[in-house]
Amino acid sequence: MSAAGLEVGAKTVADRPAKRRRFGAREWLIVVAAALAILSILRIVTDTPDIDSSGALIAGLAAAVPIALAGLGGLWSERAGVVNIGLEGMMILGTWGAGFCGYQWGPWAGVAGAIVMGMIGGLIHAVATVIFGVDQIVSGVAINIIGLGVAKYLAVRFFTGVPGGGPTQSPQIDSLPNFTVAPLSDALGNLEGKGWFFISDLAAVLRALCTNLSVLTILTVLLFVGTWWLLWRTPFGLRLRSCGESPVAAETLGVNVIRYKFLAVVLSGGFAGLGGGFLALVAAHIYRDGQTAGRGYIGLAAMIFGNWRPGGLLAGAGLFGYTDAVQLRGGGNVHAFLLLFAVILVAVGVWQIVRNRRLVQGILALVVGGLVAWWFFGSDAVPPELTGTTPYVVTLLVLAFASQRLRMPAADGKIYRKGEGH
Amino acid sequence: MSRLNPRRIALALAAPVLALVVAFIVTSIILLLFGDPVGDVWKTILTWPRPRQQVQVINAATVYYISAIAVAIGFRMNLFNIGVDGQYRVAVFAAAVFAGQAWLPGILNVLVALVVAMVTGGLWAGIAAYLKVKRGVSEVISTIMLNAIATGVVSWLFAKVAVRPEGSNVVQTKDIPESSRLEGFALIPGATNRVYSMILLAIVVGFLYWFILGKTRFGYDLRATGRSETAAVASGVNVPRMVMTAMIASGAVGGLVGMPLLFGQDFNYGTTIQSGLGFAGIGIALLGRNNAVGIAFAAVLWAFLDIQSNALQIQAGVAQEIVFIIQGVILFAVVIAYELIRRADKRIEQNRVAKELASAPKAQPTTEGAPA
Repeated sequence: MSAAGLEVGAKTVADRPAKRRRFGAREWLIVVAAALAILSILRIVTDTPDIDSSGALIAGLAAAVPIALAGLGGLWSERAGVVNIGLEGMMILGTWGAGFCGYQWGPWAGVAGAIVMGMIGGLIHAVATVIFGVDQIVSGVAINIIGLGVAKYLAVRFFTGVPGGGPTQSPQIDSLPNFTVAPLSDALGNLEGKGWFFISDLAAVLRALCTNLSVLTILTVLLFVGTWWLLWRTPFGLRLRSCGESPVAAETLGVNVIRYKFLAVVLSGGFAGLGGGFLALVAAHIYRDGQTAGRGYIGLAAMIFGNWRPGGLLAGAGLFGYTDAVQLRGGGNVHAFLLLFAVILVAVGVWQIVRNRRLVQGILALVVGGLVAWWFFGSDAVPPELTGTTPYVVTLLVLAFASQRLRMPAADGKIYRKGEGH
Repeated sequence: MSRLNPRRIALALAAPVLALVVAFIVTSIILLLFGDPVGDVWKTILTWPRPRQQVQVINAATVYYISAIAVAIGFRMNLFNIGVDGQYRVAVFAAAVFAGQAWLPGILNVLVALVVAMVTGGLWAGIAAYLKVKRGVSEVISTIMLNAIATGVVSWLFAKVAVRPEGSNVVQTKDIPESSRLEGFALIPGATNRVYSMILLAIVVGFLYWFILGKTRFGYDLRATGRSETAAVASGVNVPRMVMTAMIASGAVGGLVGMPLLFGQDFNYGTTIQSGLGFAGIGIALLGRNNAVGIAFAAVLWAFLDIQSNALQIQAGVAQEIVFIIQGVILFAVVIAYELIRRADKRIEQNRVAKELASAPKAQPTTEGAPA
């Protein structure tokens, strides 16, 4: 058993001629604009203004940040060739670090505490996998167990009897600064209220980006830009990624593979810890048991979704955060999405039959699409128990429909020992 | 070399013992660091459990064992089924609803409910398997997503079928008829509670796991695929079909996880359903090194620590969550110990061979050219 996993399905696309254009900034812009246009049409057709209101988008942004940070941790670690399933545990450590340092010495100390606690988790993972060569999945699972235990144990130890705290939660933590560009925000809010096609939706998006923006959200964006620049535009990044692609080749070029892997995994823990810190400091202003609720795993999923790239990871985290926020704001929103699903499924069905001549799959998509449409027209709202699953269903569907061009770093999950590459 | 070599056995036992010692030391250091009573904690955890606790340990271990076997089936062919939690949930719900209808009498109801649970768990895992084979979606992601979806779908269906028994304010599915309840075995003298009858199920599952994976062509193919996909393809294994089969088998066993609880204790599906059993299974499977017997020991150890730690808050004034730290450290220590011992073993072996070669009588000098 190794952490690398089976590679079924990846082969189906390996032989295609690589004539695809590079997916650059212009293509991303087109995709975003198209998505916005579709949302706008959906908003008008189903008369649910909340599906892309600035309120929903602000909530979505806040939900996306911790997932993005966890994913960023995964990105650093896996780019250096170490699978990090322990992100969840490192995040939990981060929530406790933020809670403890935050209530004692203020929110900025909380940020530092979250990062340091996460890095301790990363350090354990690094020592186990890089130095001792332990299976990376085993180590990650162990960190998840230990992280949970340490946070709960320390919470009982330090928060019991403290005013405002208790065995499962910390006292209130002061807020970190927020930024709002007031005149712009108001003007955009005005425009959003008009309900025009596309323009109002664009205004909502821009308004979400300049209203109540936490300083940690800005920091996260900077970390993403920094990561992209460092890993893809500097010699340091090339060396670090070479450790994940072919450590033996890197070794022959004089790269200290062990040191790079170690550094990457420790930093990875820091990012995941900061993600946990965001939950405690910005989202809740308090440490609470079970605060992460599996977001470390979701971050890992977002990173795989994003093909081990920062841009794709952001898209994955954004998609998840957005759908999560929208479903939390009411079943009517999810009900509107049913129409979108139905249309997409019918389109896929027709395309499969007409273009690909895949009758069975086409008919299956048409039937499912018809059922979803029937559900949309036959009901007023989706049951609340089911709306909670929206982000998960959407992630699964997107992964299933997006053609699979994912490629993980070639030596990801493989144990490397110095001087053993013959 | 024979597998029953005494040195091998000693080395195999050394790792778990070493791991327990390390876990003991590390946890003690943590306790000391935060000023908690180290002595009281270990006294609470390491006292020999009373009969009632013994039964609880066996029962918890039974559930953990099935969960760990489900995870291990995936591990053996390099599939990471994080979704046992979800598979267990949908399956126990389906089985509870089916058995609650009391369409069949007595034990037949139980047996068919087991099949229902396996089919449901297998189908749920089948979604992940299909997505992996046909669409190349990593099973790590899809099973995580399916866990969350399972929670939502089950609570939605639960709201539709749930009933409120007379004079109670908890909602639950219909109770299983008396005739289909398993009263358990009074294995431990002096205990008022009983060992789940479903311990037999765990034994059967463990035996089949050992037999099918270790002794059949199918199991060989499965393990070969896990070790080297290219070699498996070369020997004619249909890898996508293998992935489907292994994942569905893993899910079917995952579906059985809740059965001891359902038929031995709860008798319905309610809001008190345990979660996290699938995640415990991952740790236990890893600790038991995917070996049918090893997992049994690991499950008992895990359950022992769980049950013994319940009294920590009262006896020692320490949060019982310290047990997670112990379990995690054991998991770490055991794999590190195996790794170190493997290296030591290799070195001893190399030295032995070198010594034998050195002391062997000099072979005939190679004659190159004409003798002088």
